[in-house]
Amino acid sequence: MTLLKVDNLKVHFPIRGGFFRRVVDHVKAVDGVSFELQQGETYGLVGESGSGKSTTGKAVVKLNDVTSGQILFEGRDLAGLSRKEIKPFRKDIQMIFQDPYSSLNPKKRVLDIIAEPLRNFERLSPAEEKKIVQDFLDKVGLSPESILKYPHEFSGGQRQRIGIARSLTLKPKLIIADEPVSALDVSVQAQVLNFLQDLQTEFNLTYLFVGHDLGVIRHMCDRMGVMYRGRLVEEGKSDEIYENPQHIYTKRLIAAIPDLEPEVRGEKVKLRKKLTAEYESSYSKFFDEDGRAYDLKPISPTHRVALH
Amino acid sequence: MNKAILKIENLTTSFRIGNKYHAAVDDVSFTVAENEIVAVVGESGCGKSALALSIMQLHNKLRTKSEGTIHYNGQNLLKLNDTQMNKVRGKELGMIFQEPLTALNPLMTIGKQIEENLDYHTSLSKDEKKQRTIELLTQVGIPYPERTYKQYPHELSGGMRQRAMISIAIACNPALVIADEPTTALDVTIQAQILDLLKDIQTRTKMGIILITHDLSVVAEVADRIVVMYAGQVVEMGSVKEIFSNPLHPYTRSLLNSIPSATHEKNRLHVIEGIVPSIAKMDRVGCRFQDRIPWISKHAHEERPQLHEVDKGHFVRCTCYKQFYFQAEGDESTHDITQSR
Repeated sequence: MTLLKVDNLKVHFPIRGGFFRRVVDHVKAVDGVSFELQQGETYGLVGESGSGKSTTGKAVVKLNDVTSGQILFEGRDLAGLSRKEIKPFRKDIQMIFQDPYSSLNPKKRVLDIIAEPLRNFERLSPAEEKKIVQDFLDKVGLSPESILKYPHEFSGGQRQRIGIARSLTLKPKLIIADEPVSALDVSVQAQVLNFLQDLQTEFNLTYLFVGHDLGVIRHMCDRMGVMYRGRLVEEGKSDEIYENPQHIYTKRLIAAIPDLEPEVRGEKVKLRKKLTAEYESSYSKFFDEDGRAYDLKPISPTHRVALH
Repeated sequence: MNKAILKIENLTTSFRIGNKYHAAVDDVSFTVAENEIVAVVGESGCGKSALALSIMQLHNKLRTKSEGTIHYNGQNLLKLNDTQMNKVRGKELGMIFQEPLTALNPLMTIGKQIEENLDYHTSLSKDEKKQRTIELLTQVGIPYPERTYKQYPHELSGGMRQRAMISIAIACNPALVIADEPTTALDVTIQAQILDLLKDIQTRTKMGIILITHDLSVVAEVADRIVVMYAGQVVEMGSVKEIFSNPLHPYTRSLLNSIPSATHEKNRLHVIEGIVPSIAKMDRVGCRFQDRIPWISKHAHEERPQLHEVDKGHFVRCTCYKQFYFQAEGDESTHDITQSR
């Protein structure tokens, strides 16, 4: 079942300047992105900083205004809805943020942080609320006493779990995870990733996983899309993309991942040099005159590439 | 082996917390040879950066105490006074910091910041300095050096800023460069470029590099030798080939197992239980990794863990590696990894 369908999504930010701060130009942060999420799967959006992956993620929760395009969530278009109309959907789509240090209010206790979404949507007595919060704390592996503590009393990994608990309280269907582990150490990162997988099975969650670390994305995602300058350049099953990248940008991105085997490093350097040369020589094959990637074309039932 | 440039012996750096000194770097010894990249690896809180700053003597002297020796060019860096150290720092030892945006001065042009280093250590004329600066910017692969010379840090992208910082570090042809997480703030594609650049510069200048990082894949990509640190101590040390093909210490093995790799299958990642102990609270006598592998019998650890040379140039601390197995592998209480290989 298709849970989320993003169709030709565009998010343009105005650049203002000149007389009366008129709009002089637009930054096309997301410029025509389409993808689909099936119920229960994990879809990854990868790209470098500035590629528009986070903007896409935020547009789905409507933290950014959508310039044009459709965001169909269970068949209903969210893109055109007003703030008031979108409110009921906020229950179903939740977000996990990148930085566990700045995404938790330092002046609130853990109880208030985790209960905040609940208080927005449900009328519960303090006792009921406390019980729910404690249940979720238990699920994310934090001790029940932590409800009266403040965020600074926790380590990075624990804070990220508080953020995760907060996103789960309303039993959402879709979770947008915007680089949930990039601020964490490898060992803690492993903890959070395992844990996200466990929760997915337990609550039947669908993840839109935004990230720049291809290792993490491959580990977590069934399907993924590679973004470059606001456009998708390649989309398909994670394995297909890793083993058989077609677009020059995807090839460069994969060649740039450091390998854990020291023996092959000489070849890697050569491969990267070769790809840089290929990128320059065959630029027109992959991008039009304005530097935009072409539209995606299917090369197999599950694999689409932006080729001319 | 090439000539050793820097020789660190029993370096202990302690910070004052309250009235007591606590060692953040505890009895660390290793050498860096010419044309060699030594990687120092560990999680946050393992003392990697404290080690880098001790070598450069950038710690606040009122609150830190460094013991041991750091031999460089026939002198002990720890015994130098400020004036002497200032002559070495920047000229003989260069440093590349993690965050190029915070480490560069936002109010000075890139050109001026590189010249600042040349001002201090050389007696070049104004024109020569400018020429040298442009030359440096070209060397680090900045496409329009003349223009970048006049630009401010905020006008450059992250990768370009890091390149500018590298050019400051190598301005006086140092014998050794300490790179503290040089690529952590960068995207993978840019990271690959910066690592390739560091390698390139090294082949030209034969300098030694101490690469401080938490990313083992970066290490596999560029380093010659690895020093794995845990809670201030060196727990394993050896050549890159040796460590990646035959990691012994439980910490190194756990770290390697917890990386979601692009080439590996989707099995569950290994999680290291607990956290790195804080320097004020850790057990300074026994094996410091003990609490994070509770399923290993207490008797497996040495009472006072020492570094043992298991192979030529391959050192491991404590004896617990002999009986270590991953919890998920089951309860083979006498699982001996040297036999299973």
